[in-house]
Amino acid sequence: MADGIIVRQLNAWFGALHVLRDIDMAIDPGAVTAIIGPSGCGKSTFIRCLNRMHEVVPGARAQGQVLLNGDDLYGPGVDPVQIRRRIGMVFQKPNPFPTMSVFDNVAAGLRLDGVRNHAHLDEWVERALRHAALWGEVKDQLGKSGASLSGGQQQRLCIARALAVRPEVLLMDEPCSALDPIATAKIEELIVELKKDLTIVIVTHNMQQAARVSEATAFFLLGELVEFDKTPRIFTNPRDKRTEDYITGRFG
Amino acid sequence: MVQEGGTAEGLSLPRFALSTRTAGRWGDQLFRLLTRASALALLLIVSGMVVVMVRAAFPSIKAFGWWFLFTSTWDPVAQHFGALPLIYGTIVSSLLALLIAVPLGIGAAVFLSELAPAWISPAISFLIELLAAVPSVVYGLWGIFVLAPWLRTQVQPALGSALGFLPLFQGPPYGVGMLAAGLILAIMVVPFIIAVSREVLLAVPDTQREAALALGATRWETTRLAVLRYARSGLIGAVLLGLGRALGETMAVTMVIGNRAEISASLFAPGYTMASMIANEFAEATSDLYLSALIEVGLLLFVVTVIVNALARLLVWSVGGAVKEVRE
Amino acid sequence: MKAGFRRGVNAMMACLTAFAAFLVILPLLLILAFLVYQGASAVNLDFFTQLPKPVGEPGGGMANAIVGTLTLIGLASCLGLPLGILGGIYLAESRDRRLPWMIRFLADVLNGVPSIVIGIFAYTIVVLPMRHFSALAGGFALAVIMLPIVLRTTEELVRLVPASLREAALALGIPEWKVILRVVLPTARAGIITGVMVSVARIAGETAPLLFTAFGNRFWHHGLLQPIAALPLQIFAYAIAPYDDWHRQAWAGALVLIMMIFLSSLVARIVTRGRYSGLR
Repeated sequence: MADGIIVRQLNAWFGALHVLRDIDMAIDPGAVTAIIGPSGCGKSTFIRCLNRMHEVVPGARAQGQVLLNGDDLYGPGVDPVQIRRRIGMVFQKPNPFPTMSVFDNVAAGLRLDGVRNHAHLDEWVERALRHAALWGEVKDQLGKSGASLSGGQQQRLCIARALAVRPEVLLMDEPCSALDPIATAKIEELIVELKKDLTIVIVTHNMQQAARVSEATAFFLLGELVEFDKTPRIFTNPRDKRTEDYITGRFG
Repeated sequence: MVQEGGTAEGLSLPRFALSTRTAGRWGDQLFRLLTRASALALLLIVSGMVVVMVRAAFPSIKAFGWWFLFTSTWDPVAQHFGALPLIYGTIVSSLLALLIAVPLGIGAAVFLSELAPAWISPAISFLIELLAAVPSVVYGLWGIFVLAPWLRTQVQPALGSALGFLPLFQGPPYGVGMLAAGLILAIMVVPFIIAVSREVLLAVPDTQREAALALGATRWETTRLAVLRYARSGLIGAVLLGLGRALGETMAVTMVIGNRAEISASLFAPGYTMASMIANEFAEATSDLYLSALIEVGLLLFVVTVIVNALARLLVWSVGGAVKEVRE
Repeated sequence: MKAGFRRGVNAMMACLTAFAAFLVILPLLLILAFLVYQGASAVNLDFFTQLPKPVGEPGGGMANAIVGTLTLIGLASCLGLPLGILGGIYLAESRDRRLPWMIRFLADVLNGVPSIVIGIFAYTIVVLPMRHFSALAGGFALAVIMLPIVLRTTEELVRLVPASLREAALALGIPEWKVILRVVLPTARAGIITGVMVSVARIAGETAPLLFTAFGNRFWHHGLLQPIAALPLQIFAYAIAPYDDWHRQAWAGALVLIMMIFLSSLVARIVTRGRYSGLR
């Protein structure tokens, strides 16, 4: 089943630039948590710290505790590569592998794990594609290139790819900002379905989207977690003035 | 890239704008003429090259026809010329060079662009640029006095005793020969393969790497899955570019290949390439037909390298628009 | 476990590719080491000031070859630089539709043509009509080699000059050609100099095209219509000869040649590093 994430005293830097300060947060399992805030507030950096993608950039580092079901992801001797199997990620611009077919894209993670049995691959790829609400549209075109699909389909393909390895958490970094409204709606529907099995953390600059899909919302500003509460509360009766200013559109 | 004459206000200024002053207009016309003429000079040179060489090679073409490519005799006395040993030598030495240079070159390029720690890359790249700047004749010098003796005394005897059952490694160890030529060509071609491969690898968008990393791939798996497959055609282009270089290399090859127009199955045997024959015999060609035959060899070399290079550039450009022309 | 295996593969590939990089650099280090080791002992004042001695007599130098190389570079530049720079300006500034594309394509083609073929071209165009080898022929061959490099570099550099600079000058009523000569070119100057130095470094080491154009000369040349010595030619001639003393001088010549080439590359780098900020 899904796991919750507990973040303690998370700090992150790009070189000497301190971009995340002392973040403390408890992310509920089996629910969608939205991260909102103006550009540059550190929301993308934050979720990239959750699956240790932040440190991939040269000169970037992070420090603190991120507990996934009790395991500290930043503990000594922990292999970042292993973490990313338990925490999947979908990016702003859909990025399927263009030299691979739809099938191979979804199977990529499974093959990395050493799954060779064709029957297993077939079964798990179909399950992932169904899970991502894409199976019906591509089941006859599994051999086509991943890049030949429409934007919305590509993004769902990326979601299927991430889901194929059965992660406990799915991170989504502004997954709809490059998509049209219809594709966006499809993905939001999908998110509501997915949270039954996964913990989802979604970064979005679209407040209506956050209000629609999430149970809890966190507001980030200038690298700090300003407020974190149940979504209805944040959007109707925020505690912090800065949150209220952002939500009412006074800045950002 | 600079915009075509756009200003902040969005007005678009035409390039060669009309000037109201007569002197300016004349100046512009003259200048435009000058620059266009200079560019046309290039056209003149390249077309001139083709025309002049075809004309000069014509006697030989007429005398030998297509058999020129398939005959083995190169006899200045009997005035009978066949380029087969040269073609063979060129192909074998270049292929041998690629066999060594491609895995090393692409491997080094992958190391430098994907797997190396940040501080190593610039230092090694600088050294590789130095390698590319060393002139052919200096490589040849080193080849004659260091590489060939080493081959003759250490490598070839060892290969001969261990693998002598293969025709590839039979025959007396001269030191100079096809093996030496292939090795030296490999050393000379590797910097170009590395430079182009690196550009191609850098043109692969980072989003692809992120996709693989987020799936839990190691650095190497990311390179294999997301980068190398994406850059495949560009890397093939890099290899072809290396081939183009190898085909045309003259001095270093001349100095270590043994200069004998024979076809042999053994890598230890001396051979001859198209370029090195021209280098050795051109200044001493005794008859017009002889000279014409040599020029025909040059024409052949010209055509082959142009085709290989054109193909190479096409492939390299196909990986992302970010890879512009290749600077050599 | 599976994870450990994958980590192991990752580490192994990192090592393999690093080893490849090391193998690639190794010859360079070896060659440089030998050059210094063999050549340094033979490089002395005589080397720079004396003519080659006849066979059997020790000593002598490569003074004529060094001067010859410099002369040939000068000759090549007289033809190659103006054509290349003006042509590069054309490619960057012109509004013509198809000609620039074709010129660029041809420049790339020319860049890939083996230098010995260019030597044949120079032979048929210059040596045959004149009926003997000459410095002019050698200079012509080298100019053809240097042309595409200067052309493309100039084009790139001129393109880099911001449009705003151009328009400010044009708005003042200055004619187009003056804008290019007085505003655009000086701004791109550093980069163009780099391109020139790069092409000089390239042609300084060229031997093949000179074999039957400049041909080489054991003495000082008398005028540009006579064969002329050149450093790479001399190195080649000495290297394949059977005399030990000449071999040593060949190493010395190679050392001097490499120094010249590295020096011009270095100058090119220094010039660009300082001045490029003007183009940002």
